[in-house]
Parts: sequence; structure tokens; C-alpha cells
Amino acid sequence: MADVLEKKEEAKELLIDKQPKEPLLSKKNRKLLNDPLNDNNPITVQVLGICSALAITVKLYPALVMSISVLFVMAAGNVIVSLMRNFIPNRIRIIVQLVVVASLVALVDQVLKAFVYDVSKELSVFVGLIITNCIIMGRLEAFALGNTVWKSFLDGIGNAFGYAWILLAVAFFRELLGSGTLFGFQVIPDAWYLANGGFYSNNGFMLLPPMALITVGIIIWVQRARNTKLIEE
Amino acid sequence: MKALHQFIDNNVHPLFKEGSKLEKYWPVYDGFYTFLFTPGHTADGKAHIRDGVDLKRTMNTVITALIPTLLFGMWNIGYHHFNAIGIGATFFEQFLFGAIKVIPMVVVSYAVGLGIEFLFCVIKGHQIEEGYLVSGMLIPLIMPVDLPLWMLALSVAFAVIIGKEVFGGTGMNIFNPALLARAFAFFAYPTYMSGDKVWINTTGTEGMMAVDGFSGATALGEYATTGVSQYSALDAFIGIIPGSVGETSVIAIMLGAGLLLFTGIASWRIMLSAVVGGVVMGLIFNAIAPLALSAEQQAFMAVPFWQQLVMGGFAFGVVYMATDPVSGSQTETGKYVYGFLIGFLSIMIRVFNPAYPEGVMLAILFMNTMAPLVDHYVIQANIKKREQRLALKTVV
Repeated sequence: MADVLEKKEEAKELLIDKQPKEPLLSKKNRKLLNDPLNDNNPITVQVLGICSALAITVKLYPALVMSISVLFVMAAGNVIVSLMRNFIPNRIRIIVQLVVVASLVALVDQVLKAFVYDVSKELSVFVGLIITNCIIMGRLEAFALGNTVWKSFLDGIGNAFGYAWILLAVAFFRELLGSGTLFGFQVIPDAWYLANGGFYSNNGFMLLPPMALITVGIIIWVQRARNTKLIEE
Repeated sequence: MKALHQFIDNNVHPLFKEGSKLEKYWPVYDGFYTFLFTPGHTADGKAHIRDGVDLKRTMNTVITALIPTLLFGMWNIGYHHFNAIGIGATFFEQFLFGAIKVIPMVVVSYAVGLGIEFLFCVIKGHQIEEGYLVSGMLIPLIMPVDLPLWMLALSVAFAVIIGKEVFGGTGMNIFNPALLARAFAFFAYPTYMSGDKVWINTTGTEGMMAVDGFSGATALGEYATTGVSQYSALDAFIGIIPGSVGETSVIAIMLGAGLLLFTGIASWRIMLSAVVGGVVMGLIFNAIAPLALSAEQQAFMAVPFWQQLVMGGFAFGVVYMATDPVSGSQTETGKYVYGFLIGFLSIMIRVFNPAYPEGVMLAILFMNTMAPLVDHYVIQANIKKREQRLALKTVV
């Protein structure tokens, strides 16, 4: 009798051992990182987070600061909610998520105010509005609540990068064409401007929100034309 | 002519036919061919009666209707140029100066716009759509004369790609492409599109400067900033006021409007109701002028309603832009509502917001957005009416 039990235990152990341990960056996990960059981009495919993408992409620098802030909030939020996922009562999960995100955003806000005050002033209300960024709540609700900590972390980072590269791409074109600068440095030669006897003039329309929408639209157009997976029947 | 037609049919046609070397460029060839000759297309399937007036013939009529404004615009530019620098010039010199300024604008507009259309046709492999023929003529006519050509080219590219091709080409656009080009230039390069420096060319002749005390503001611009204008209503009616190339002369526009109405190409419902809308808003402003907040605004509001109709781009917009069959309302009742609101909003925008004296552009673009809504309610009302009629009959 004892023998049989022992054997059973052994078999169990063997079974557990035999189950391959998933490497940190297995194919599945890498998909979590890569998917949001292109095939399932939060902005261009899911069309979330458009509000901030239109508001703070006039210049590259604020867009970069915003991207880093979202990256931090998203990764940390996903990890924290994933850690707590087994203790959160289902009925109040949205409130718990909000509290987590709100405290992280408050943290980011204070850091920005302390170290990059100018940008913080420029971003103004949009830092606070990270709380309501649909991408963050969406990932917490759809992913972090049902997945392990590491996977949630990867998912958060992946989506934040997906958000960031669109933001930076839009800001790149808007700053280059609208102000003639990149990160505040004059890129288009001064001598080109009409005021200095040249032929060029900055495109003021690029500084207005409608042009951000059109730029995002063009990115979506190019992406759909190149990525056959996204073509709808 | 017949010999040329036969020559093309026999010698050029096979070059582009299916299976031949230049098959890829069939849309381009076809576009030119049908532009020159009425195509022998017949309807397949059930019996149809086909009118000889196809889209290209329609477009040509509109372009013909635009010619008076184009010619007058050329002369007007020269007239104001020589006036501004204080030199006497003959009629011919004035006209020549204007022509030299305007023709490059027309060429750039067509070259860029048609180039993009051809590109899209070849990539997508469909027939050339002739929608740009009219837009290409309209765009230079609604721009100030001194707009740098590359800005014009960029506006055209924006209008054709974002305004038309994105939605699926001619007949699918929700906005009037020509107005979209102007709106783009207006918001992108405001210093070249508004103010009192851009409407009259003062740099054409070497070493010449504008005479002292010279103001290049448009009549509308003067009203918006000071409440008075040096130009009378008669000046505005004839068209000897500064402004965009083709918009100034109401007489020339009326000639074009006559042709459009006679051939039935533009909707008289839209034109009539737009004028009525403008008159109504003008009368309202006349009535409430004493309530205005500032003296300038009060003076602008007190401008007689009929004078509002001849200033700025109102007449041009109403005749050539609002009647665009694609972006306007489709239902007959809807056309009245659509036109009325265009006229109403044009005058309202230009008086209330001095920063946008050209209210007619914004009013038409706004109503382009609303046109499907207007149509929807007209159709719903009709359905309801018929349902009621049916219900009554069944009760009896």
C-alpha cells in the first residue's frame, strides 16, 4: 500500500517536472510584446487613446514625456492589478483598478512637476487624464485581471510601446512641418524661410488638432495597405 | 476631325488595348480619349435611353461658366496692381499682367491635381474620374493672387488625396474639394490667405513700391475691422475690389450662373434659397444692429442686406460651390434647407467673427457635413406622410 502511494507521488513529481517550464520570452510572450506594435496597435487598430494622441502631439518632447508616463503607469498598473487579481471582489474591480491607476498617475504627476516643470505645465490636464486613457483601463480589465504577473507586465509594456510609437510618429511630422523643429532644434534652415528671402513657410494647420487626426488617419491607411491581416472583407 | 478620330482608333488604340505593352496606362489613354470624343459606350442589359451629356460634358459646361470670372479676375488683378503702384496702364497691359499671374496658378492646379488622379487610376486600375476638371479651375479662382505656387500645389494635393481619393474618388467625396483646398491653405498659411497684404500684387514691377496711404484690404476686411469701406456696393457688384482671383465680380458670376441655370446643371433651388438665406440674415443684422457690442460691429451689422450679397465670395460660393451636386443635398426639399442655411450661416460667420471674413467657405463646408442629415429627415418625413395616407385609406 505504502509502495503504491510512493509510486503515485513519484509519478506526480515526474509529471510536474515533465511539464516544460515556459521561458521568460517564449513565443507566446514575445507575441504579447509584438502584437500591439503593429497587428493590434491600440491607437491605429483598436482606435483607443485618440484623445491624448490629438492633444499633445504638437511637439516631440511632450509626446515623449507622455509616452514614458504612460509606459510607467501601464506596466506598473498591470503588474499591481495582476498581483491582486485573486483578491479583488468582482463587483468592485473597476473601483480597485481606478484607485491603482489614479495613485500611479498622481505619482507621475508629482515627478513631472519636480523634474520637468515646463513640460508638466504644457501637458497640463492630460497627465491627469492618463487615468481615463482607454488603453490602460482596457488592458487592466481585459488582460491583467486574468493573467500572471510576468505576462501582464509584458502586455503593459507592449501596449505602451504601441501607443508611444504612434504618438512619436505623429508628433514628428507635426513638429517638423508645423514648427520646422525637432525636439526644439531648428531643422529646416533659417535661410529657407520667406522672411529671410527664402521660399518656405511653416504649415500652421499642422499645429491644430484636426491635422493630428488626419495624420493618424494616414498612418492607419499606410498600415492597412501594407498589413494584409488587417484588410477587412 | 474625322480623319484624326480614325487615325487614333486605328493606330493609337491598339497600343493600349488589353494584352498590349502599355495596357497598364489604359486609364490615362481612356481619360484623354473620352475627353476629346464622346465615347461609343452603350448600356448593356435592359433597354436604356442614354443622354449624350456625360460627366465630362457636364464638367465642360461648368468650366465654360467659369470663364467670365477668370477673364475678369485677370484684368482686375492688373488693374489693382497698377493702381497700387501709381502707374497708369492701358487695358491691355492690365489684362496681360493679370494673365501672367493667374495662368501659372491654373497650370499648377491642373498639373498637380490631374497628376495625382492619374496616379491613383493607374495604381487602382480604374477609369479616370473627371471630377477634378472643375475643381482644378475653381481652386485658382478662390485663392489670393500672391499665394506661392508650392502652397497652391500642396493645397491641391491635400484636397485631392484627403478630400476625395480617401473616400473613393469622384462622386464619393463628402466635402467640396476646391473649398477643402482653400480651407487647407487658409488654416495652414493664414498670413498668405488673409489680412490686407495678399490681395493685390505690389511687387511685380522692379523697384516699384505701393503709394502712400494705400490699403490692400478687401471690402469685407475693411468692414470687419473698421466698419467702413472705401469701396461702394456698385464697385463690389462690378467687381473692381480686391479679393481672390475670381470671386470679385458679381456681373461675371451672374453670366456663369445664367449658363448653369439655362443648361440645368446647377440647382436653382440651392441658389435661390441661399440668396434668400443671406437676405434674411442680413435683415436680422440690420434690425439688431443697435444691440451690437462694439462700434465697428454695429457699423458692419448696419450694412444694407443687399450689399452683403455682393461683397466677398458670397456670390461665387453660392453659384459654383454650393451647387456642387456631389457634396450637396440630393432631395429637392433638402436643397431648399441646405441652400438657405448656407446663405444664413455665411453672413452670420462673416459678421460675428472678423477673423473669418470669408464666412461662405466655412458655411458651405459645414453644410456639406450636414447635407446627409438634411436628406435623412426629408426622406423620413416623406415616409411618415405616406404611412399616414396609407393608414387613412385602410381605416376608410
